[in-house]
Amino acid sequence: MLLITCPWCGPRDETEYHYGGQAHVPYPERPADLTDEQWAAYVFYRDNPKGPFAERWMHGTGCRRWFNVLRDTATHEVLASYRLDEPRPGGNR
Amino acid sequence: MTAEPLPEHPDFLWRTPEPRSSYDVVIVGAGGHGLATAYYLARNHGITRVAVLEKGWLAGGNMARNTTIIRSNYLWDESAAIYEHALKLWERLPEELDYDFLFSQRGVLNLAHTLQDVREGVRRVGANRLNGVDAEWLEPDEVAKVCPILNVSPRTRYPVLGATFQPRAGIAKHDHVAWALARRADMLGVDLIQGCEVTGFLKDGDRVVGVETNLGRIHAGRVGLAAAGHSSVLAERAGLRLPVQSHPLQALVSELHEPVHPTVVMSNHVHVYVSQAHKGELVMGAGVDAYNGYGQRGSFHVIERQMAAAVELFPVFARAHVLRTWGGIVDVTPDASPIIGATPVENLYVNCGWGTGGFKATPAAGWTFAHTLATGEPHPLNAPFALERFTTGALIDEHGAAAVAH
Ligand SMILES: Cc1cc2nc3c(=O)[nH]c(=O)nc-3n(C[C@H](O)[C@H](O)[C@H](O)COP(=O)(O)OP(=O)(O)OC[C@H]3O[C@@H](n4cnc5c(N)ncnc54)[C@H](O)[C@@H]3O)c2cc1C
Ligand SMILES: [Zn+2]
Repeated sequence: MLLITCPWCGPRDETEYHYGGQAHVPYPERPADLTDEQWAAYVFYRDNPKGPFAERWMHGTGCRRWFNVLRDTATHEVLASYRLDEPRPGGNR
Repeated sequence: MTAEPLPEHPDFLWRTPEPRSSYDVVIVGAGGHGLATAYYLARNHGITRVAVLEKGWLAGGNMARNTTIIRSNYLWDESAAIYEHALKLWERLPEELDYDFLFSQRGVLNLAHTLQDVREGVRRVGANRLNGVDAEWLEPDEVAKVCPILNVSPRTRYPVLGATFQPRAGIAKHDHVAWALARRADMLGVDLIQGCEVTGFLKDGDRVVGVETNLGRIHAGRVGLAAAGHSSVLAERAGLRLPVQSHPLQALVSELHEPVHPTVVMSNHVHVYVSQAHKGELVMGAGVDAYNGYGQRGSFHVIERQMAAAVELFPVFARAHVLRTWGGIVDVTPDASPIIGATPVENLYVNCGWGTGGFKATPAAGWTFAHTLATGEPHPLNAPFALERFTTGALIDEHGAAAVAH
């Protein structure tokens, strides 16, 4: 069980949250100009690192807000949690 | 029903060779899929200059961790075709490999608990029959006849409203399947090399010409990845991005019991699946953890929920003790169907994305992947499962369509 810190409510059990996959995936700026390959990349391809991963979580049974978590997918360690308008801690997206 | 005796534990079923400097085909990963691929490369195509490289020990990955359910009652034609091909191969493999790995066709029930489940199940039975897959729709009283310990009372929280039944489905002794394939592949000349981790790829321009390993460089005409949960980590080293996400999937077993559970029961709605192993353990699985992970352990609440469901469905399990829990890492694709075929990197082929359900496919995955590695072309059975489908949109969306994504 993960212990995740909501930026507004503080540390709560994983079961209070909903997982939202990779963070920092911007909607295409000019969707009409995208090739099929670029659409496929946007819709279906996400990073899948063994190590630090920036991902989205939603505090479903709390404030119901989305936020980002930097988590090590190999060790399960939660390295940071931060608001959607904040950059990924430590640079690198 | 009596407990069947287990096959003998093998001593030396295969050689332990030093890797040669080059092979026609190098397969990464000695799980069931890698081993079946090597076996069929030799048997069906006469290609024996083949090495299977395994970073750990032979079949110690998901092959050793799965709940061994074998069935072919998938919804879409493409899936029914490849899983049914696998089931037909399973039916003849013990004799062909001359190894009794306890393939037991005890049937599988996929329970329906809601009206929508019922409609989906009846539809799938129709689709299965059109594809030559054995399937029946059973009403609750018929379900109880197949599995008397199942609680079909209308007074449970999610009553059993019926079930699909595939009589030819079943389970097999997974380790022995791997050993049986390994022994035959070895006899045909394939080198099985354990403790050999692929750390990178040898390239000539855009072409892969071999692999880098902790045991040195190995040249290869073609390289096939069969690394399950680690497919994308590995592909990235060849400059290839795969549309897969790795998730922990857990399973658990009870202590040994007398034979009480005659079939396999799966429930998508309350999400638990249960069978009784040959030795007597109750083997149970559930769904993946939502988050990505490589930690080979999942969350406790997943176990809690699957146990609650199991005890409601099988009141007789209430006093059973959990003996052991474990996790594996499965690679899930956006449409919950595998990817088997060529990649944009020349000479590099992938067999991945089997997610939570690749054990049942082991022989067909090997059969089709071997064909692809031998000829450079897809077999008709794996052609629909190409990487391109994510660009063309010809998805095979088994999420929610199949009888749970396992
Ligand atoms: C808990 C659980 C329950 C499951 N239940 C079922 C079920 O009931 N029915 C079903 O059909 N399927 C089930 N599955 C899924 C099934 O186990 C997998 O889809 C299937 O085993 C994947 O193919 P494989 O056997 O080749 O994978 P694996 O056995 O995982 O083989 C991949 C191998 O690649 C090796 N490898 C990885 N990276 C490298 C590298 N860099 N160099 C060298 N070697 C490497 C790994 O060590 C591993 O041995 C379950 C899985 C889990 C985890
Ligand atoms: Zn909150």
